[in-house]
Amino acid sequence: MKVNRTLIMGLGLVGFTLVLAILSFVWTPYDPLAMDTELSLSKPSAEHLLGTDVFGRDVLSNIIVGARSTLTVAFFAVLISMTLGILVGVGTAVAPKWAQTPAVFGIDIVLALPSVLFAIVLAAVYGPSTMTATIAIGVALSAAVGQVTRRETNAVLQADYVMAATSSGAGKGRIVRRHVLPNIRASLFVQASGAIAVAILAESTLSYLGLGTLPPTPSWGRMLAESQQYLIVDPILALWPGLVIVIAVLGFNLTGDGLREALDPTLRRSDS
Amino acid sequence: MSLLEVRNLVVAFGDKRVVDDVSFDLAAGSRLGIIGESGSGKTLTTLAVMGLLPDTATVSGSIRFEGEELLTRNDSQMSALRGNRMGMVFQEPLTSLNPLMRVGKQIAMPLKIHQGTPIKEGLKIALRLCETVGLPDPDRIVHSYPHQLSGGQRQRIGLAIALACDPVLLIADEPTTALDVTVQKEVLKLMNELVSSRGSSLIFVSHDLPVIASMTESVLVMNTGKVVEHADVRNLFAAPQHDYSRKLIATAKHSDDLFTSFRDGTR
Repeated sequence: MKVNRTLIMGLGLVGFTLVLAILSFVWTPYDPLAMDTELSLSKPSAEHLLGTDVFGRDVLSNIIVGARSTLTVAFFAVLISMTLGILVGVGTAVAPKWAQTPAVFGIDIVLALPSVLFAIVLAAVYGPSTMTATIAIGVALSAAVGQVTRRETNAVLQADYVMAATSSGAGKGRIVRRHVLPNIRASLFVQASGAIAVAILAESTLSYLGLGTLPPTPSWGRMLAESQQYLIVDPILALWPGLVIVIAVLGFNLTGDGLREALDPTLRRSDS
Repeated sequence: MSLLEVRNLVVAFGDKRVVDDVSFDLAAGSRLGIIGESGSGKTLTTLAVMGLLPDTATVSGSIRFEGEELLTRNDSQMSALRGNRMGMVFQEPLTSLNPLMRVGKQIAMPLKIHQGTPIKEGLKIALRLCETVGLPDPDRIVHSYPHQLSGGQRQRIGLAIALACDPVLLIADEPTTALDVTVQKEVLKLMNELVSSRGSSLIFVSHDLPVIASMTESVLVMNTGKVVEHADVRNLFAAPQHDYSRKLIATAKHSDDLFTSFRDGTR
């Protein structure tokens, strides 16, 4: 079988992010919250490999712990968005005609609502927290997932093999389980990995606005936001959180592409 | 009593009647051909029998199968018949198989649905069915995906799926149109043998008169949704009653003459 380079590279980058997150539980070079104003904005050195921020906190330690909150939010947000999106997407596609129009209308409304606005509303009601951010991102992303899933489901439902399966006596439930879900699986994986990437960015945005992970818990998004104020004095400070965000986003995108290739038997070069 | 009685069947999309007042009978064990050009309503007639018309179609008239009215049945009641008492073979063997499911499982599926046969048992039956439909190396075939098989092999799989539960009525909608001429011949021969040996009834839809003639006893000639002639195959050839039937026969004869003249070198 052909070596799936995309998948290997993607998994490598995702693995790197995961290792950071897991590492954060057992070891960090310094206490990520320990301040030392003497060391404010110090350049990378043997003691502080990636330097320190304006409060003299060790950047590497913050990056390592930040992976945890970023990945947690991204993972649960995507879990929410995929669950809701698949239910809504497949549900509206197989629903009777009269139920479809209001459902599609609902999807469009959520789609039109910016996730940041939604998070502000949620934060206003429940107070800003990692959970509110996760739910806001999850619900906001679910509309897009639902829309694509609905379209893909409709395409499968019109396929000859669904007609053939129906002619063999398969009911709606079986059609969805045996024919629709396996055939939209590739697209779902691509959507999920894309959604993780978007969720990581959204978490950063929300944290930047003070609506996500609350200080002092380290978060890549907020590190990026904070470093922005010192961009002239210490440009390299913004590089680190930016770099890990890029690594995580790229990793999940590549994994999605690689998975799609690996899961579609018609794309495999040799058979099993 | 006839196995299938269709009376005044009308299928319409909005105001447009695409099947217009079609009636016919099919006795148990007999074979009926439906011929007509694209859009003549022949496929929709068979889909109406299977209860597979899209939701947007309105159907009226009566379809009685084994003495029971089908048009008043709901979807799950129809599902109990489909693939069980009546099976269908489709035109495009590639697109009518799920690309992501191994074909053995696809053959075993109707057995699971109607007889509750576990997939494992079903796969064993699938092996036997593959042999029945003349597939070489069934062990390999049942573990293949559709795209790994040839057109003729796929259509044999389609036939195996349709016949898995031993239906009393087999509906074949242009089953050989997408195949090479030589493969077409083999599949037709196989279908002929299987229908005879199992004593099933057959509705065979085609636009190809010689194919219909080789497969069926009587023929329904359809044009723009209406039945223009319903005759015994021999009578249709000997004395076609309708203009459209005459045209069909003339075309078939023309290609036949062409073949003969090429063969004999007179052209």
